[in-house]
Amino acid sequence: MTSAFDPGAAATRATDAILRDTLHGTARGVVVDSPPGAGKSTLVVRAALELADAGRPLMVVAQTNAQVDDLVLRLAEKNPELPVGRLHSSDADPYDKALDDLPNVRKSAKAGDLTGLSVVISTAAKWAHVKVDEPWRHAIVDEAYQMRSDSLLAVAGLFERALFVGDPGQLDPFAIVGSEQWAGLSYDPSASAVTTLLAHNPELPQHRLPVSWRLPASAAPLVSDAFYPYTPFRSGTGHDDRRLAFAVPSDGSGPDRVIDEAAEAGWGLLELPARHTPRTDPEAVRAVATVVRRLLDRGGAATSERSPDPAPLTADRIAVGTAHRDQAAAVRAALAELGVTDVTVDTANRLQGREYDVTVVLHPLSGRPDATAFHLETGRLCVLASRHRHACIVVCRAGVSELLDDYPSTEPVQLGTLVKFPDGWEANHAVLARLAEHRVAWRPS
Amino acid sequence: MSLIATLARLEAVSTGRAQPAATVRHRRLSERPLVFVPLTTAGEAGAPLGALVGTDRDAPHLLVVPQPRDRDLRFAFLSELADIVLPYIDTYADDVEAAERNETDPETGKRVKVEVELCADAPQLIVPSRAGIDFVRLLGRSMRFRRTAEQDPEAPYPAPPRVPLLGRWLTHFGERARVPGSSLLLAMTDVLSRHWATGQSTLEDQHLGALLAWIAPPEGETGAEAALRAELARDREGQLLCPPAGPATDPAFDNKLLAPAIERYDRARTALAAAEDGLEADDRLGDLTAAEREIRALVESRTRPTWDAVWRGLELLRELPEAGRVEERWTRDRWSFTGHRDRVVAGEPPQPRRDDAVTAANKLAAREREQARLEAQEALDDPLVMAGRRLAGEAFAGEVTEVVMAYSEGKRPSPRPLVTVRTDDRPHLGERAKVFRSLGGKPQAAEFVGYEGELEDGGALVVLRALDKMGRGKEPEEGSVPEKGDLICFTTFEHEQRGGAKLPDPEQTPWTHGGPPGEQESETADPLTAEDVL
Repeated sequence: MTSAFDPGAAATRATDAILRDTLHGTARGVVVDSPPGAGKSTLVVRAALELADAGRPLMVVAQTNAQVDDLVLRLAEKNPELPVGRLHSSDADPYDKALDDLPNVRKSAKAGDLTGLSVVISTAAKWAHVKVDEPWRHAIVDEAYQMRSDSLLAVAGLFERALFVGDPGQLDPFAIVGSEQWAGLSYDPSASAVTTLLAHNPELPQHRLPVSWRLPASAAPLVSDAFYPYTPFRSGTGHDDRRLAFAVPSDGSGPDRVIDEAAEAGWGLLELPARHTPRTDPEAVRAVATVVRRLLDRGGAATSERSPDPAPLTADRIAVGTAHRDQAAAVRAALAELGVTDVTVDTANRLQGREYDVTVVLHPLSGRPDATAFHLETGRLCVLASRHRHACIVVCRAGVSELLDDYPSTEPVQLGTLVKFPDGWEANHAVLARLAEHRVAWRPS
Repeated sequence: MSLIATLARLEAVSTGRAQPAATVRHRRLSERPLVFVPLTTAGEAGAPLGALVGTDRDAPHLLVVPQPRDRDLRFAFLSELADIVLPYIDTYADDVEAAERNETDPETGKRVKVEVELCADAPQLIVPSRAGIDFVRLLGRSMRFRRTAEQDPEAPYPAPPRVPLLGRWLTHFGERARVPGSSLLLAMTDVLSRHWATGQSTLEDQHLGALLAWIAPPEGETGAEAALRAELARDREGQLLCPPAGPATDPAFDNKLLAPAIERYDRARTALAAAEDGLEADDRLGDLTAAEREIRALVESRTRPTWDAVWRGLELLRELPEAGRVEERWTRDRWSFTGHRDRVVAGEPPQPRRDDAVTAANKLAAREREQARLEAQEALDDPLVMAGRRLAGEAFAGEVTEVVMAYSEGKRPSPRPLVTVRTDDRPHLGERAKVFRSLGGKPQAAEFVGYEGELEDGGALVVLRALDKMGRGKEPEEGSVPEKGDLICFTTFEHEQRGGAKLPDPEQTPWTHGGPPGEQESETADPLTAEDVL
C-alpha cells in the first residue's frame, strides 16, 4: 500500500486554493491545468457561482457552442435561481433547445440585452464581436489551452481579471495557413492562449487539479506518465472500484478476446498484421466495428463508485475515436452495416472534453508508411487514450514502433519556441509499450 | 494529398505525362510581368551573385556582382536592380480609378464610405521557385532599413538613393506572397504544380526543369526520362545541363568555374590597385575587365536556361483561360498594392522587423480567410477541382428528381421547398448539415433532410430543404428553386467568408499580450560585423 492518499481531500485542497486566488488574490489572472476528467467543469461551475455570489459581474468564455450550452445547463442545475445570460450567434438554431426550459436563463444575440445578469456565457468567437464601455470585473476562460492566442487577444479587453482553465495535454490549437513567420514571438497568434498569457505574465499563480475522477486506476498512471511527465496526477478511484463484466462468454475470436483483456486490464490492443494501407483501411475499420458490435452483443455491465448496481453498457456509453474525419465516416458506415446506431464516432478534435465507459480507438499511425507531425501530435493520442471510465481498446496494425524508430522527425526547429514535453515520439512509445502487454493478435478472415 | 491528386499522379506515371489538375487558370498573369531570376552566393546569406531581370523575354537585363563579398559592388547591384524594378512599379502607381472604401470616421466612430484611389492594375513579379520568394524577402529585409547619405549623412556605408525604397517594395511583395490566392509575387513552380500533376513527388516538383519536363516532355521521351535528365545530366566538364533554378547554385559550378573566376577577378583587382603608372594601370584594367566579363558570362550561362524556362511556363499557363473569380482576387492584390503605394507616399517608416501582436493576429486571420475563400472559389470555378471535392465527400452533384413545395411555420410562411437530388457521389452529410449551391454567383443554402432509400446502382437520393435566396414573398421568385431535371451541385463548405471580429488597435493591446507595444522607434539597419567588410 502506498501512503494514505485521500484523493477527495487532495482535490478539495487544490480547489480551495484556486478559489482563494480567484476571489481574493491580487493577480490579474489565475491559470489552472486540469488533466482529463479532473473535474474541470465542476470547478468552472463552482467558481462561477462563488463569483456571482460575491456580486462580481462575470463573463464566461468557452470555445464551442456545445461547451457553452453544457455550462449553462450545469449552472442552472446547481443554482436554478441564478440569472444567466446566454449570448448566441444570429444563425438558425444557435443554442440547445433545452435552454428554453430554464426560466432564469435569458438568451440573446445582443450583449446589450443581457447587461445586469450575474453571469453571461458565450463562445470566444461571439465575444470577439462584443463592445463594452466598461469591462467585466471578472471572466472565466474555459478550455484555454485549446483557445488560440489571437482569439484571446480579441476578447481580453472585455475583462479586468480572469481565471483560465484547461487541459495542457489535449490538442493544441492550429491554423490552416503557415504561421512560421511568428514562431518564437511571445504573442505568436497561432499559439495557445495560455502560452501567450504566461509568456507576458510569468508571475501569475498556476494551479493544477491533482486527481482524475474519470480515468480508472488502470489508466491514470499511464496517461500521467506518458502525457504529463512533469505534472503527475492520480486516479480518484482504486483498482477494485470499477468493474466491467459481460454476460455472454467469449466466442474465442480476436474481438472477443481483446474485449475480455480490456475488461480485465483496462487496456486492450487488437493487432492486425502489418501492412501499408490507405487511411480508411477497410480491415481495420471492420475490426473496429466488429469490436463495437460484440461489446453491445455481449451484454456488458459496468460497476463503478457511482452506484452499487451495475449499469448496462449501452451504445451511448461507447465511443469510437479516429484521427481523420474520413476514417470516422468509414467506421460509421461499417457500424451501420452491422446495425449499430447511437455509438459516437468522431475525431480526436471533436471528442475533447467527452467521457464514455468504453472507447475503441483506431490508432493514428496504424498502417501508415510515415509518421507526420499531425499523426505524432501528443495531444491527439492523449485525447484518444483518456476518454474512458472503464476500458480502452486500440485497433492497430503491427509495426508502429518500428515506424516510429525508422521515421526521422522533419519538423524545423524554431528559435524561441517552447519545446513541448513529452514529444509525440516518446509518448507514442510509452503508450505502445503498455498496450503490448495487452495484445491480442488477430488475422481477420 | 487528396485522393484525386494521388490518382492524377498515378496517371501521370502510367502515361508518362503530367495530367491536368485544373481546367482553368487560377492565378492572374499580368500582361507584362517582371521576371526575376536571382542567384545567390554559396555560404553568404543575402549576398547576391547576379540576376536576370526584365519584362522582355528576348532582352533580359543581366546584373552581376563579380565579387559578392564586396559591399560596394553589392550596393551597385542593388542600385541597378532598383533602377529596373522601381520604374516598372511606378508605371502601375499612376494609373488609378476611383473606388469606395469603408472607413471609420474618427469623429463619430461610424463606418462611412470614402472616395479613394485604386490602382487600375498592379505590377507582378515572377520568380522561378519558392526559394526565389524567400530570396526576395531576404533582399527586402536587407535593404529596407538602410539609410541613404541624404537620410543620414553620418551613415558609414550609405546606401544608394533608391535602395531602401526597393527594400520596402520587395518586402511588401514577399509579405503579400504569403496570402493564399494572391498573385503579386508568384513562384513559377508553385503555379505550374497547381495546374498540373506530375508523376514525381511534390518535393521534386520544386525543380523547375523537371516540372516542365513532365508537363511538356520533348518528342519521343516520357516525362520521367526528361525529368531525370533535367535533374542529373551533366556535360563533359561535369556541369549540369539544366542548372538549378536558384537562387542557390550547383556546387560543381561554384567549385570548378565560379571560384577560379572570382579569384582571377580578385587578383586582377589587386594588381590594378598596385599599378605604379598609368600605362601599367591601363593594362591591368584590361585584365580586370576581362575577368569581370568572364564572371558575367558564367552568371548568364546559369540564369538564362531558367529565364527561358520561366517564360516557357508562362506560355503554358497562358493557354489556360483565366478562372472566373481570379479577377476578384486580383482586385484585392490591387488594393494591397495601392495601400503600400500610399504608405510610401505618406512617408511612413519601413515595415518593422517584427509584427506587433495585433498586426500578427490580423494577418493570420486575413490569410485563413483567404485560404478558405481560395479553396471555395477554385472549386466553384473549375469542375475538375470540384470533382476532387466531390471525391472527398465535400460536395455532390446530380439531377433533381423531385421538388415538393413546403413552407416554414410561423406568422409569415416563407417557401422552404424540398428538393430531391439523385447523386452518385458520397457526401459526408451530418444531421441537418448545411449545404450550398451557387445561384447566379451567390450561395443558396439548403439543409440536409435525409436519404430517400438506396438505389441499386449505388447512387443515393438526397433530400434537401432550400432555405434562402427565394425572395420575400410567399411564392419563391422565378428561377430561385431548382426544377426537376436540373443538374446541380451542392457543397458542404461555404462559398463566401465572413469577416472576422475587429481586433483592438495596437495601442489597446491587452495585458494578456504584453500591453501596448509603445512608441515605435525607427529601426536601424543591422550593425556592422567583421564579416561584413571585405
